[in-house]
Amino acid sequence: MPGNNWKNIGPLANIPVRGSRRLCLKQKGRPVAVFRTGEDEIFALIDECPHKKGPLSEGIISGNTVTCPLHNWVIGLEDGKALAPDEGTTQSIAVRVIDGDIYVHLPELVTGARV
Amino acid sequence: MNMISDPREHLVVIGNGMAGMRTIEEMLKLDGGRRYRITVFGAEPHVNYNRIMLSSVLAGDKTVEEIVINPREWYDENGITLVTGDAVKQIDRESRTVTSTAGLVVHYDKILIATGSKPLAPPIPGLGLPGVCAFRDIADVDKMLAAARTHKRAVVIGGGLLGLEAAWGLKQRGMSVALVHLMPTLMERQLDAAAGQLLQRDLDRRGIAFFTDGQTEEITGTEHAEGVQLADGRFIPADLVVLAIGIRPNIDLAKAGDLEVNRGIVVTDDMRTTDPDIFSVGECVEHRGNVFGLVAPIWEQAKVCAARLTGDETALFASQALSTSLKITGVDVFSAGALMAADEGDDEITLRDDNRGLYKKIVLRDGKLVGAVMYGDVADGQWYLGLMRDKTDVQELRDRLVFGRAFAEAGSGKAAGPDFAAMPDSTQICGCNGVSKGAIVCAIRDKKLTSLSEVRAHTKASASCGQCTSQVEGILAFAAGADAKPAKKTICECADADHDEIRAAILSQELKTMTAVREAFAWKKPEGCHKCRPALNYYLLCAWPGEYVDDSRSRFVNERVHANIQKDGTYSVIPRMWGGLTTPAELHAIASVAEKFNIPTVKVTGGQRIDLLGVKKEDLPGVWDDLGKAGMVSGHAYAKGLRTVKTCVGSEWCRFGTQDSTGLGVKLEKMCWGSWTPHKVKFAVSGCPRNCAEATIKDMGVVCVEAGYDILVGGNGGIEVRVTDPLVRVATEDEVLEYAGAFMQLYREEAHYLERTAPWIARVGVDYVKKRLVEDNDGRAILNARFLYSQTFAQIDPWTERVMGTDAHEFERLPELVGE
Repeated sequence: MPGNNWKNIGPLANIPVRGSRRLCLKQKGRPVAVFRTGEDEIFALIDECPHKKGPLSEGIISGNTVTCPLHNWVIGLEDGKALAPDEGTTQSIAVRVIDGDIYVHLPELVTGARV
Repeated sequence: MNMISDPREHLVVIGNGMAGMRTIEEMLKLDGGRRYRITVFGAEPHVNYNRIMLSSVLAGDKTVEEIVINPREWYDENGITLVTGDAVKQIDRESRTVTSTAGLVVHYDKILIATGSKPLAPPIPGLGLPGVCAFRDIADVDKMLAAARTHKRAVVIGGGLLGLEAAWGLKQRGMSVALVHLMPTLMERQLDAAAGQLLQRDLDRRGIAFFTDGQTEEITGTEHAEGVQLADGRFIPADLVVLAIGIRPNIDLAKAGDLEVNRGIVVTDDMRTTDPDIFSVGECVEHRGNVFGLVAPIWEQAKVCAARLTGDETALFASQALSTSLKITGVDVFSAGALMAADEGDDEITLRDDNRGLYKKIVLRDGKLVGAVMYGDVADGQWYLGLMRDKTDVQELRDRLVFGRAFAEAGSGKAAGPDFAAMPDSTQICGCNGVSKGAIVCAIRDKKLTSLSEVRAHTKASASCGQCTSQVEGILAFAAGADAKPAKKTICECADADHDEIRAAILSQELKTMTAVREAFAWKKPEGCHKCRPALNYYLLCAWPGEYVDDSRSRFVNERVHANIQKDGTYSVIPRMWGGLTTPAELHAIASVAEKFNIPTVKVTGGQRIDLLGVKKEDLPGVWDDLGKAGMVSGHAYAKGLRTVKTCVGSEWCRFGTQDSTGLGVKLEKMCWGSWTPHKVKFAVSGCPRNCAEATIKDMGVVCVEAGYDILVGGNGGIEVRVTDPLVRVATEDEVLEYAGAFMQLYREEAHYLERTAPWIARVGVDYVKKRLVEDNDGRAILNARFLYSQTFAQIDPWTERVMGTDAHEFERLPELVGE
C-alpha cells in the first residue's frame, strides 16, 4: 500500500476513457483535473490552463494531450507543458493506480509545489 | 564548463527575429554548426516567428502556431542556447562580454546584432495611455485582439502598409475602424496618387473610415484612450488606438557599444560593423545610406553574413530593385521602382479601368523598365520586377508592355502565360526569399518533392508572403509532372486528406468508426486532435444516422454538457421557445428556477428566447429538471445545429401580415430541432416584405408575400454581414417545409465542418444549390426524406436524458479531499 502521502480518490472507472474529472480540496488547494487517456493512463494537473486559467478538465483529450476549451492551447498531460508555439506550464501532480483505485500525491496539492 | 570543453568559437546573436535566425539557418546550411557555439538572446518571450504574417494573425487568416518559423526543438536539435524574454543591455568590447537585462554575462568571440526596428513614436500627448499600442509583435496583436473582443471603436494612425493591414485586421475582428493618415493619399511611398485613391475607395467600401490630411495632435483620455484629436479640429472617438506610422532601426545597443551609427547601424558590403568581430543584419542596419524594411534584401544580407561568418571572404551584399505588396484579402497592390516619370526623358504609360477597379502604370527610361505600379490585377508583378532587375531592353514591347505579359509576349510571337520550360533558370520566382526557377527545379528533382509544402520546406519559395504560390505550383507541375500533388486544405495536420475526400470515403468505403477513417487515411496521430475529432464525429453521425454512436469525448465542452460555458466557468441555459412563442406557465417556471438556483442574470436573447446566465455546472440537471416539468426542452443554444426560428406576429395580429408567419416558424422549428449540422443554423420567418424577423440575414429565411412564400438562403449577420440569396418562391407551407428539410440535408451532407451556410454557398455558388433543390424535384424529395429519417434519431431532448442520469459524471465533482 502507498504511504500516508498518497490519497485514494476512488476507482478508475469514475473517469470516462479520454475524459477528465475535477477534484477539489477543502480549504487550501487549487482545483485538480484527473485525466484518463485512451490508453488508460492516468495523469493529474492543476485544472488551470497556463494561458487564462481555462478549465483543462473540460477539454478534448487526444493521445497524451488535452486542448483547453477556451482558446485551444494544447497541454501535454505528462509534464503540464504547453505545446509550441504557446509557452507555459501548469503544475503536474503525481498520480498512480493501484488495484483499480486512483491515488494522488497529497503534499503537492497542499503546498502547491512538487515535493 | 561548456566554455572550456567546447573548442568552438562563441557566437552571440542579439535578437531572435527573422533576420538573425535566417543568418543562423544559412550558417548551419554552410558548415553544419561546426565553427560556432551559438547563444541567441530574444527580448520577446517567444520562439522565432514570421513577423510579416502578424497581420494575417490579426485578421484571423492564420494562427500564431502557423507563423512560427523555428520551434524550440529546432534550437535544441542544433545545439543553440536560446534565452527568451531577456534583452541584451550592454556590449563590453574591452572584456568581450555582453550583459543581459536579467544580469546574465556571457563572453563572445563574434556578435551578430539583429535587433530589428522599433515603432516610430512621435511625441504625441496621450501615447502612454492604456488602449494605445503599436503593431510590431505578438504582444501588440494580443492587445489588439483583446480590445476587439471587448471594445467597439478603433483608430489606426498611419496609412502605410502596416497601418492598412492593422486596420483591415481589426475590421475583420468586428471593430469599427477609422484610419488617420498625414498625407492626402494612402501608401504614398509605394503608390502614385491614382492607385492610392483606388485603394482608399475599395477599403472605404469595405467599411474603413478614412481621415486623410490628418495630423494627430493628441490622444485624449485620462484613465484609458478615449479618442484621437486632429490638428484641424476633427475628433474621432476610440477605445483602441494603434500607432503604425513607421519604424526606425533599433540602434541603441550598438550606439552604447561605440559602434558607428547613423540612421541605422552602419555596415559595409561584408555586413560588418565598425568592429570586425561584430556583424549586423536586418532592419537595424544602414548600408550605403539605405535602411531596410522589406524581407528580400534582408534574406540576401543573411546569406552574405553567414558566408562571412563561416570564413568566405568574398561574399558581398548589394541592394537590388524591390517590390512591395499588401496583405489584405481581395485587395491586390504591387509596386516596384519609380512611381512616376522623373523628367521629360522618361515615359509613363497608364492603363485605367475604373469599372473593374484596375490600374496599371509603368515607367520607362532609356528603353528599359524602371517602375511599375499596379492595382487590382498584380499577376505580372514579378515579371515586371524581373525586367527591371535584368535591365532588359523593352523597346520592342513598349506598346504592349502595359497590357501584361501574356499580351506582350503573344504579340512578339512567344507563348502566352508563363512557359516554365522556356523560362531561364535564373528567373527569380520568390521575391521574398530570392529563390530562382532553377533552384526550385533542382530541389524538386534532387529531393523528389511532390507537394507545395515540401517545396516550401526545402527552398522557402512562397513561404513568406505567399504571392508567388501559383508560380511555384506551376513549376512543381512542370518539374515533377504527374507526381505533383496539388496543394490542398487538409482536415488538420493529422492527415493529408481534405474534408471532401474524407466524407466521400466514409460513404463509398462504408467507414463507420473514427478509427476506421483514421486507418483508411493513415492518420499521423492515432487519436487525432481537437480539430479533426469533432469533424469526424459529425461526418460519421451525418452519414450513418441510427448506426453511428456519438462520441461525447470528441465534442467541444458545450455540446458535451448541453450548455454554454462562460468565461468564469459557469454555464448558461436557454430553453426552446418555439417560434419565439411562450406562455405564462413557462414564464412562471423560468422565474421560479432563476430564484431557486440563485441564477444571477436573466436575459432576452436576439433569437427571441430567454437566457439564464451564471448557472453552476452541478446545478444544471436540477435546472433542466424544473424546466422540463413545465414542458420545456433544450434550445440547443450551444450546438452546431438548429438554434432559433425567429418570427414576427404575422397575419394573426399584424395589419400588414400576409401569412401566418408565427405558425410556420413553429412548424419549421418542430421539424428541424435536434439535428446536428456542420455549424450553427438560424431560421427566420417574416409575415410580409417589411421583414421584421430579419429573415434576409439568416441561414434560411422565409418572407411571406400575398402570393406565397419567398425562400432565401445563405445569409449571415455576424462579422461579415451577408444578405441571403433568393432560392425560390412557393405557394404553400408544405412546400416551404420540404425545401427546408432538403436545404438542411444538402448543407449537412456537403458543407465542411465549421462552415456556416454563408461561406458554403459562397464556395459552391447559389446556382449549384438551385440546381439541387429547385431544378431537381426528385432530388429535393430524396434529400428531404433523408433529413426526416435522420431526425427520427436526433429529436430526443438531451436535457431530459441527463435528468434521467445520462453522463452523470459530467455534472458531479469527484469527492472532496480534506487538506492536512
